[in-house]
Amino acid sequence: MHVMYFTEQPMSAYPADIGLEVGHTALMFSNKHFDPVAGSRLYNEYLEHYIYAEEMGVEGFMLNEHHNAPFCMQAKANIFAAILAAVTKKAKIVMLGNPLPLAENPVRLAEELAMIDMISKGRLVSGFVRGGGQEQLANGVNPAYNRERFEEAHDLVVAAWSRQGPFRWEGTHYQHRVVNPWAVPLQKPYPRVWIPGVLSQETIIWAAKQRYPYIALNTSIEATKKIWELYDKVALETGYVAGPENRGYLQQVHVSDSEEKAEKNARQFLWMQGEFTGLAHPVWANPSGYFSPSLRRNFVEFAVGRAENPRGRPTFEQQVADGRIFFGTPKTVIPKLRHVLEETRPSIYGIWGNDGTVSNADARTCIRLLGQEVMPAMREIGKELGLHDPFELNSPVHLKYSTDLKAMPQAAE
Amino acid sequence: MAGWSEHDIDLGETKLHYRRAGSGRPVLVLHHDIGTPDSLAFYDALAAKFDVIVPRHPGFGVPERPPWMRHPRDIASLYQWLLAELGVERASLVGLGFGGWVAAEMAALAPRDFHRLVLVGAMGVKPPEGDILDQAIISYIDYARAGFHDQAAFARVFGDVSTDQLVAWDLCREMSFRIAWKPYMYSQTLPHLLGGVRAPALVVWGDDDKVVPRSAGERYVRSLREARFEIVGAAGHCVDMEQPEALVRLVTPFIEQN
Repeated sequence: MHVMYFTEQPMSAYPADIGLEVGHTALMFSNKHFDPVAGSRLYNEYLEHYIYAEEMGVEGFMLNEHHNAPFCMQAKANIFAAILAAVTKKAKIVMLGNPLPLAENPVRLAEELAMIDMISKGRLVSGFVRGGGQEQLANGVNPAYNRERFEEAHDLVVAAWSRQGPFRWEGTHYQHRVVNPWAVPLQKPYPRVWIPGVLSQETIIWAAKQRYPYIALNTSIEATKKIWELYDKVALETGYVAGPENRGYLQQVHVSDSEEKAEKNARQFLWMQGEFTGLAHPVWANPSGYFSPSLRRNFVEFAVGRAENPRGRPTFEQQVADGRIFFGTPKTVIPKLRHVLEETRPSIYGIWGNDGTVSNADARTCIRLLGQEVMPAMREIGKELGLHDPFELNSPVHLKYSTDLKAMPQAAE
Repeated sequence: MAGWSEHDIDLGETKLHYRRAGSGRPVLVLHHDIGTPDSLAFYDALAAKFDVIVPRHPGFGVPERPPWMRHPRDIASLYQWLLAELGVERASLVGLGFGGWVAAEMAALAPRDFHRLVLVGAMGVKPPEGDILDQAIISYIDYARAGFHDQAAFARVFGDVSTDQLVAWDLCREMSFRIAWKPYMYSQTLPHLLGGVRAPALVVWGDDDKVVPRSAGERYVRSLREARFEIVGAAGHCVDMEQPEALVRLVTPFIEQN
C-alpha cells in the first residue's frame, strides 16, 4: 500500500474577514490581500514539512495546484516537485496533478516532468487533472474545450515521453512542427499516471479505459464505492479486472497528541467557510461547457440560487459521520482508517493532514505521528487486506502495456 | 402578426433553423449571443415591410451544434450559404449585438453583396475605450439583465425566467465560448476589412449599453466607407427588445432607400 502526505498549502495569512465581507475568496478576490512576506514564510514552512515528513518515514508527497485563491498557495505544482526532487531522497513525488488543459504547450510540460523524473532519480508519479472551472478562467483557457484539451494534451505528453523524435503533431488543439525534447523520463515506458477526480463520470470512464489508477478526492465512503463500481465495469469491458492497484483515495485526517487538539485542528478542514475552494460564484466553478451536459439542468438552477449545490455543503459533523474527515490520536484514528480500507480497498491512500490555520508546530506533530505511527500501521493493514499498490505489483503503466487483457465477451455469448 | 413559417435546412454537416415572414426586400436579422425569443415586436414590424429571415445561430440554445465551428466568421459563411440556397440576392443585414459581429463579417467577406448593413450594439471590434462585458464571470440572469436599461423591459420579454430559458442561455454561452472565447467577442482583423464594404451602414447604439461600449460603435463608423451613427434613448444593449418602435423607425426607411 502506498500512503502519501497531502496539504493544499493554505495561504493561511489572508484576511478572512475581508473575504467574508466581499462575499468571495476565489478567482476575483483581489490579490491586494496577498501578503508576500507571509507567503515567503509559508512556502518555506511547507517545504520544511515535506523534508521533515520524509525523515519521519512518509513515502510519498501528493502535490497539486490552484490559482487566484487563498485555499491553495501552489500555483505551479512542478516548482515544488522540482525542489523536492533535489532535496528529498526516497519519497515518491506524486503530481495530482498537472492541469493538462491549462498547458498551451504540452511538450514543455513533458520536458518539465521528464526533468523532475531524472532529477528525482525516477520518483515521479505524473497525475493529470482537468483543472477546476476557476483555473480555466484564471488562465484564460476555454472551458468549452476542457475535456478535448485534456485528452489531446495527455496523448501529446505521452508521445513526447515515449516516441522517438523528431515527429510532427497535428492535433485539434495542439500543433507542433517539431516534437523532439532533449529531456525524457528516466522511468520506462513512462512515469506512472494517476488520475484524481471528484464528480465527473467521464473522467472515471476515461481513466479506466487507460488503466490508470483513479484517485477519489475526499469523496464519502459510499460515493467512493460507486466510483469503483463504474471503474470496475469499464475495466471489464476493456478487458482487465480492476483491483486495489487501480484505486486511490484521498481523505482528510488530522492526528495530534490529544483528541481535543486534533478536533480543534480538524475543524480547519472547513476553514474556507465549508467550501473546498473558498467562496465563489457558481459560474466561476462551473463555466459553461466545463461540466458534464447531463448536469446542465441542475447546475443552471444552482447558479441562479434556485437549487442547492449538487455537491452539497455538509457540516463538519456530517463529514465526520460519513467518513470524510478523521481526527484523533494515532491510537483512535488507526481503527477508523482500517474500516475505510476494509470498506473501499484502495492501494493508494492520500492523507490530507493539515489545512487552514493549523500552527506550524501542530502541523509538524501531525506529520510526525502520521509518518511514525499511522502510515506504518496502514501499510501493515494493507498487507493483511491484500491491498497491493502499482509499485509492488509492477502493474502496467498504461493499458497498452498490459499482458493480461482478455477478449471482450461478445453479446451473443 | 401572422405569417411566420419555420424551416430547417441542411447545410453540409449543419442543420440550420430559421423563421421567415413578410414580403418585399429581403432582410436577414441576426440575433444576440443570448439567443432570441421566437416572437419579438421588432421582427413583426420589419416583416410588415420586408421579407424577413431570422436564423437561429447554430448551437445557440440547443444541444445540437456544429462541433467544428471555431469563429463567428464560420457562421457568416454559413449564412452566405443559406442565402445562396434560398436564392436571396441583395439582402439587407440587421445584426443585433453578437449578431452584429456576424453581419459585419458577412459584409466584409462579400463587400458587394448587400443592400444595407444595420449594426445595433454590435460586438466584433475591440472597443477603443472600455471592454465588452464578459459573461464568463457573471450569472445567466445578470448577463441578460445587463442588456436592458429598464428592468421592466427585461421582465416584459423574459418574465420569470424559466429553467428552460436558463438551460438555453447556458447552451448559448457554451457556443459563444466555443467560437469567441479569446479574444473575447471581437476580431482583430475585422476593422481592417470593413473599408471595402459597399453597402451603406446604419450603426445604432442604446444610450445605456452596458454590454458593448459605445466606442466600439464609433470605431465601426470610422472603419466603414459610408456609415451613420444613431443613439436610441432609454435603451440598453438590447435595443430591439427594449425600444423596438424607435429602432424600426430608424431601420425601415434606411432599408427602403434605393
